[in-house]
Formats: sequence, C-alpha cells, structure tokens
Amino acid sequence: METTKIAVPVMADLFSRGEKPEYLFWVGCAGAYDDRYKKVAAAFAKILSYLEVNYAVLGKEESCTGDPARRSGNEMLYQMQALQNIEIFKAYEVKKIITICPHCYNIFKNEYPDLGGIYEVISYVDFLDDLISEGKLQIDPRVFTNVTITYHDPCYLGRANDIYESPRRVLNSLSGKIVEMHRNKSFALCCGAGGGQMFKEAEKGDKEVFIERIEDALKTDAKVIATSCPFCMTMMTDGLKYKNREEEIKNYDIAELIAQALGI
Amino acid sequence: MTSQIIFAAALILTFGVFGYTTWRYVRLFQLTKPAFPVRDIGKRISLTLKVALGQSKMFRKPFTGIMHALVFWGFLVILIGSIEMVIDGLFGIERSLKVMGGFYDVVMASGDIFSLIVAIAILVFLGRRLFIHVKRFEGIEMKHMSHLDAKVALGIILLLMLTLLGLNTSYVAHQTAINEPIHGIFPVSQHLTGLVSGLSPAALHLHHQAHWWAHILLIFFFANLLPYSKHFHVFMSVPNVFLSRLDPLGKLPNMDSITREVKLMMDPATAFAPVEGDAAPERFGVLDADDVTWKNYLDSLACTECGRCTSVCPAAITGKKLSPRKIMMDLRARMREKGRGLLKSGKDFSDNKSLLRDYISEEELWACTTCNACAMECPININHPTLIVDMRRYLVMEEGSAPGELKAVFNNIENNGAPWQYSVEDRLLWAKDLEIKKS
Repeated sequence: METTKIAVPVMADLFSRGEKPEYLFWVGCAGAYDDRYKKVAAAFAKILSYLEVNYAVLGKEESCTGDPARRSGNEMLYQMQALQNIEIFKAYEVKKIITICPHCYNIFKNEYPDLGGIYEVISYVDFLDDLISEGKLQIDPRVFTNVTITYHDPCYLGRANDIYESPRRVLNSLSGKIVEMHRNKSFALCCGAGGGQMFKEAEKGDKEVFIERIEDALKTDAKVIATSCPFCMTMMTDGLKYKNREEEIKNYDIAELIAQALGI
Repeated sequence: MTSQIIFAAALILTFGVFGYTTWRYVRLFQLTKPAFPVRDIGKRISLTLKVALGQSKMFRKPFTGIMHALVFWGFLVILIGSIEMVIDGLFGIERSLKVMGGFYDVVMASGDIFSLIVAIAILVFLGRRLFIHVKRFEGIEMKHMSHLDAKVALGIILLLMLTLLGLNTSYVAHQTAINEPIHGIFPVSQHLTGLVSGLSPAALHLHHQAHWWAHILLIFFFANLLPYSKHFHVFMSVPNVFLSRLDPLGKLPNMDSITREVKLMMDPATAFAPVEGDAAPERFGVLDADDVTWKNYLDSLACTECGRCTSVCPAAITGKKLSPRKIMMDLRARMREKGRGLLKSGKDFSDNKSLLRDYISEEELWACTTCNACAMECPININHPTLIVDMRRYLVMEEGSAPGELKAVFNNIENNGAPWQYSVEDRLLWAKDLEIKKS
C-alpha cells in the first residue's frame, strides 16, 4: 500500500492547457468552508481521482448558487448569482455537473433552466450508485460488516427530487446492516436546516427540529448515521452532541463511507 | 304532475343558487394572478386517475385512507343513482335507467352496498371527531366553526345514506307486496325489508316517496351548502388535482419580472433601452389575497382542513407557530373578505388589512424549512411552500425585512459569494495535501 498525493484539477488550469474535463465537480460553499463538510468534499475528490474520472472544480471561481437567498425570499440576489454562474459555465463549456449538496443539485437541475442554464446535473449519490452497478468500485465488504447504518433522507434529494433508492443501494453495497427510521423516504422528517434555517435561530417552539430527528435516528440503534447533505450533517452531528452520544454513534456522509470502504 | 312541477322548481332553485355561487367564485378568481399554462393534458389525466380517482395519496395514512377512499368511490357510484332520480323526478317516471339492463343491476347493487359502507365510514369519522382526540384536528386555526362545519357535513352525508337505504328498502318491499318485478339488485336493502313488514302497499309507497324526496332535496341542499363550507373540497379536489403544478416539489417558480431587471443591471448596453410596454410597476411577492395566483386560491378552496400537512410539518411538530393548513385557511378567509370589497368598490379598495400580518405573521413564514413535507402529504396536491416563499419575497424585496442573520447571509453572498463570511481565496483549502492510498 502506497500513498500518492493528488492534486484536485482546477477548471481554469485545465482550460489554459486546452483541456476540457467531462465533469464539473461543484463543491458548494459548505464543501469549501464548513470544516466538517470539507472532509466530504475531500473524500469525494479522492474517489474521483482514484477512479481517474475526468473532472475539475471551479475553485476560486465558484460562487453561491443563490439557494439560501432564493428560499429566504431574495429572488433578486438569487438571480444575480445564477446568471453569473451561468456565464462561468458557458465560458468553460460546462455540460455535466456533479454536486455533493442537494440544495445545489436542486437549484441547478430544476431552477437554472428557467434562466437558460441547462445542464446534465448529477447528484453524487446517483454517480456513486452508477459506478457501483457498473462494477467500477471495488468495495471491501469487511470494513462495514455488522455495522448498522441508518440513512437520513435530505429533503432536497428525497421529496424535492424523488431520489430515495440510489443512496440506499450505495449503502447496501457496503454490506453493513441498513435500518430505517420510522419516518423515512417521502415521510422523512426534515433536519430543520432547509429554507434558510441553517443560518438563523429557529423561531420559538417547544423543541429544536434536529433533536426531534436525532431521536428518530437513535431509536434505530444504528452505529452510523449516514447523511448526504451538508446542512443535514451539521444538524445530525449537533443532535448527537446534544444527546451526548457522539462517542459511540458516528455521523458520516455517504461519500466518506465509500472512501473508507475503498480503503483510500 | 304536481310533484313534477315541485321537483322542477326545486331543481331550478338549486341550479339558480349554484349558478350564483359559481359566478361569485369566478369573479374572485378574476382577481388572482397567472400561475402556469395548463399543458400536458395526458399527464394531468393520468395524475387525476391516480391521485383523485385512485386516492393514492390518501393511503399515506392507511386506515383513514381506505375509509375515505370507500366514501369517495361510494359517492361516484351513488351519483349515477342520483342522476336517475333527477330524470325520474322531472319526467314523472320510476327507475328510468333500468333500460341499461344488466349494467343497471350492477350500478344499483354497488350503490346499495356502498350506502351501507359509506354510512359505516361516516360513523367512524364522526366517532373520531366526537370521542377520540385526534391531534391533527386541533390547532389555533381550528375554530368552533371548523369543527361544526365538519360535523354538519358528516351528519348530512349520514342522512343521505340512511334515506337511500330507506328508499331502496321500501322499494323492494313495495314491489314484493304488489307482486311486481324489482328493477336492480339490492343486496343490503333486501335484508332490511323486515323493518317495514307490517305495512300495506299504500303505506310502503308513501314510505318510498318520503325517502325519495328527503334524499333528493337533501342532495340539492348539500350541493349549495358545500361552496360555503370546508367541504367545498367535494367539488374542488378533483379539479385541483387535475390542475396540479407538475414541476418537481423542489422547484420554485421563476420571477420573470426580476429576470428582466437583473439582465438590465448586468448588461449596461441595455440599460438605456426603452422598457417594453407600459406596464404598471408590479408588486414583488405576495402581500394580500389578490397577489396570489389562481392556483394558490384554488388550493385554498380545495383544502378540507384535514391537517395532514400540519401533522408532518417539522416546524409545527416542534411547537412553532407555523401551520401549513392555516396558511390555506387564511388565504380563503382573506379572499372572502377582501374580494368582496374589491368586487364592490373596485381595485382601489382598501380596508387597511392584508393577508400577510393581519392573518399570517412573519414569525410563521420564517419558521418554514421548505422541506415540502406538507405538499408531499396533501392528498389533493395543494402546494403550501411556494406561497410561503412568495410572502417571504414580498417581505425581503418590498420591505427589506428579514431576520438579521438572513440579512447577513444576503450580504455575504453579495460580497464574497458564500453565505458565510469567508474569503474567496480560501475556497480550495479543503483540497490541500490530499492523499490517496493505492495498493
């Protein structure tokens, strides 16, 4: 086993060399700045490099999709962001975008087309699912044998875009034991962070939404809570801390679990 | 002949009142804004077959789902019998549709069986409302009238079923007593003839007439009560499903008026170009009932206050003020109030009130996570989140009003392209010193 350094390819560099990558890996603001989600961005980049996928990131040219602004009612700011991003995609002739954030996925897939930005938008869970079904990912089944995993559906993959099965197939490939929370798939409870809530205090109530949701997860007795959204990850990890369970129960992103199972 | 005249008069009165009600609603719809063009008719038909006729989303709660589906399917079958009653009443004949032969037997038999099933289901529903504490039937929006409304409607449906059974039973008993053939098959009522066994043929005929009139007049009354009650959903649900938004739940409608402005801002060449048309400045977002789209308003009329939306709303579950059901009920109530004024006094009418604030508070709007659980749960495809975001759009873009943290997010996105205050230069820090192990 040897360790190799990898350099994440940046779009501007590739273009200056006259190369056009097949995929744009859209990291998202959480992947770039949130300390916990940076690790997810890294895990996914490792998988891409490991498989020698022809991809690049935008790096410093990436900018917010406008999702938090849009869902907080600031349509003006959203459209300014969107039109600027569309210009950048045009400059780099972007055709396929892979996202690791459901909010970015949703806005590219469903909302940018209204502004003229039409791409093949791929969620990383679907991307991983395809790789597994094509037999390109050699997963070591020993890594997660006898580890019970529960999956928290993010609203923007699940209800918003009907992606329920591919993340479960990916998790099943780890040969861990998948246990469902009683509210799952289209019935799944939100983590509490969508629609701009991530960035503000919740309104007054009897309970925080993430506590209600972490209780669902704890009831399954799973040892791993798998998430596929940066906001859900923040909330579920906070929930584990709130319940003082972060030592025995871990919250990992699907990409991290795959990277671990690949032993990279 | 007299009875035909009375019947015709009742029918004309029914259609007259109904026509007036419809005209009033049409005028209220004229106050609303465009939503989306109604295309993809094939897709809409299959959606209607699945969600409305197939009741697919009702089964997300299996027990009440099957109960409701039986009531709905029962209604459809019994409706054929009601149409026959109208023909019979107008032309003074009995059982006019018997010309359908074998099919008539099937229709009558299923109508007869369903009247019993519906009656039982309605008793269950009444029991749930009277004796069991069902959490989703409660809430700040559920006033005394809402509960009364529900019970009255259930009571009327129960009476409709009982009169139908009474009508069928006395018909079977009467035909048997006078040795005349029975048209149709009545698997339930034929066993109930014991209840009227001592009666003479004349008394049985009277009995039959009494149930017949009670049943049809109750239908006429109910049809005109519905548009003024939450049970308007009996009429509005199927159209509401047919006219569903076909976009994925995650998609918000684009504001084209904003696109024009942003494009002007981004392209200096067009900054001095003449503005197309001479359109009055449009209000951004929704402040009041007449800012909503026809679809929002249709949603509010189709809502039957079942509360499935609120029962799955993360904000409502955790005790926040937001209740998606209340948003719909508020819109309906505010349209009733403001629409009346607008129709009477013209478009400058103002009562110094608005949907936002006087009915729906900012606190409710900011509690939404846009998770779409409400829209997913609604059995008739009402979409609450788009309306909530439209009201946020008004607050942010017309008033510059938003929770302080969100204003900071707007600033950050504008200044450094991320909701957090980090430098663009740091966007690739995560990619430094990455290593992979290769065997």
